[in-house]
Amino acid sequence: MSGLRVMSAGFAPTVQDLGRPHVQNLGVPPSGALDPVALRIANALVGNPPDAAALELRVMGPTLEVTAEAIRIALVGTAAPIELLADRPARIPAYESARLERGQRFRIGGLSDTGVAYLAVEGGIDVPAVYGSRSTYARARIGGVDGRPVAGGDALPLALDTVPEREERRCADLSWLDEVGPFRVVLGPQDDYITEASIKRFFAEGYAASREADRMGIRLDGPVLEHARGHDIVSDGIATGAIQVPGNGRPIVLLADHQTTGGYPKLGTVISADVPRLGRLRPGDALRFERITVAEAEALRRVLEQRIARVIERFEPARAWLDEAALYRENLVSGVVGSAED
Amino acid sequence: MGAEVQSASVSPRFLAAGDTALVVEFGDVVDPAVNHRVTRLAAAAREAAIDGIVDLVPTFRSLMVHYDPLVTSAQALQAALRDVLSHPPGDMSRGRLWRLPTLYGGAVGPDLDEVAERTGLSPDRVIALHSETTYDVYMMGFLPGLPYLGILAKELELPRRAEPRVRVPAGSVAIATNLTNVYPSESPGGWHILGRTPIELFDLRRAVPILLAAGDRIRFEPVGQAAYDELWTRVAAGETGVEPEVAVS
Repeated sequence: MSGLRVMSAGFAPTVQDLGRPHVQNLGVPPSGALDPVALRIANALVGNPPDAAALELRVMGPTLEVTAEAIRIALVGTAAPIELLADRPARIPAYESARLERGQRFRIGGLSDTGVAYLAVEGGIDVPAVYGSRSTYARARIGGVDGRPVAGGDALPLALDTVPEREERRCADLSWLDEVGPFRVVLGPQDDYITEASIKRFFAEGYAASREADRMGIRLDGPVLEHARGHDIVSDGIATGAIQVPGNGRPIVLLADHQTTGGYPKLGTVISADVPRLGRLRPGDALRFERITVAEAEALRRVLEQRIARVIERFEPARAWLDEAALYRENLVSGVVGSAED
Repeated sequence: MGAEVQSASVSPRFLAAGDTALVVEFGDVVDPAVNHRVTRLAAAAREAAIDGIVDLVPTFRSLMVHYDPLVTSAQALQAALRDVLSHPPGDMSRGRLWRLPTLYGGAVGPDLDEVAERTGLSPDRVIALHSETTYDVYMMGFLPGLPYLGILAKELELPRRAEPRVRVPAGSVAIATNLTNVYPSESPGGWHILGRTPIELFDLRRAVPILLAAGDRIRFEPVGQAAYDELWTRVAAGETGVEPEVAVS
């Protein structure tokens, strides 16, 4: 089934949904969106269930052509607009749904304001599911488009070949993106492998996201940590958000594509309410860590869920973007007329 | 009371791994008795169908319980797991037994001769020692579908290769320290490669892509080139090529 033709891919987008966290026992990483909050909001804007598969964009977005009869899209996570490529170029703002028809071409440019953004499509991207998820895990060629990032020339299959016209929606409340406080961390499971002095420094001093970052994890620049008793442990399980301290003492915070088991000590784990914020980090972004308890972390996760629900409840009707452009032109014209009258 | 008896009865440690995972740690060594407790708890917890558990990941010495903090809590989970631990199921069937046909040495087992040399054994003796043990799948990890198997005969213990290979072919059967494994897909690897099985441990063409699970048991069955080639052809055509025996213990 046709859907979207990839004219140029930008920076290796991948198909992601909420992942396959239930087969880690077989050695399969959970994968899924690095920022599941943004994915869920993008999906809600186009009327999808939270776990529909969308395009995860990093650094630079793709240029796409609609080959389905009609599609509905929404871009979430960045302020960069969707640029319609036509005789009369127009822009669809981010955080709004919009309906496009066959033959329309659009481009998403540089994502300078985030590490990750999502382009959701009504009905979802219809690549085959592996263990219940369409998420791409490129390292083992699982999911997505033939197990790899999207490339120029690909035809992305969509679940729906057409979508009816309806009132479009806008996510007006962007406060969920404004969180700037420390990343909250639960200590362990192997904090006893790190010296007390190093743990103090980890929480007292700041770090920056380094350029060594991908869907597996982000290496952090900042205080180098010392091991109290060696840097090898007998492998145990890994949770998303784990802060691993390898032999060189430079911590790595692990993201959705992390291996399921590992042999380095883990000082602590970034709480699930803050994991989406890890996905948004860009190289050079500063971050601090704060230690909290598991019970506090569980409560904060419930707060986040309530917040997402509220954001989605408060979607507003979108101002029709084409009319807006027309209004803008009229204003411009009347302005010119007005100035001529002066 | 012997040390072994004590270590088998000591209660596990519960460690937090954030607010989505709980570690039940039985020890910090690679040891069959410790791992057996891990896989038994995994099976019993699966059986108990505890609310909010997303996945149970056995490792050599601990069980990672991934959970949904919107459905349960670390506290509730810990209580439920303690309950499972204090009421061990009496009669648990052992894991499935897989017999993996394996071609040893030659081009597919490039380290066989070196392993023989370094252990002071003949290549045939290395093959015999490797294939006469029934291994437990201690855990899955590193790659989707990769089993860590133990415990290897003492005579075959060697550290990992000083220089890991950039590419180890899928199906390679390898050893390092007191473990053996099978590479489910091509990957870098630092283990000593003794041979290769034509069975695909990870094949996305199948409804169940990954063959093995922690708690299963494995035997490597030495085969000749002709049998290997014949099976390879069938597997390439999409057959699984092997059926497990479900043992009743």
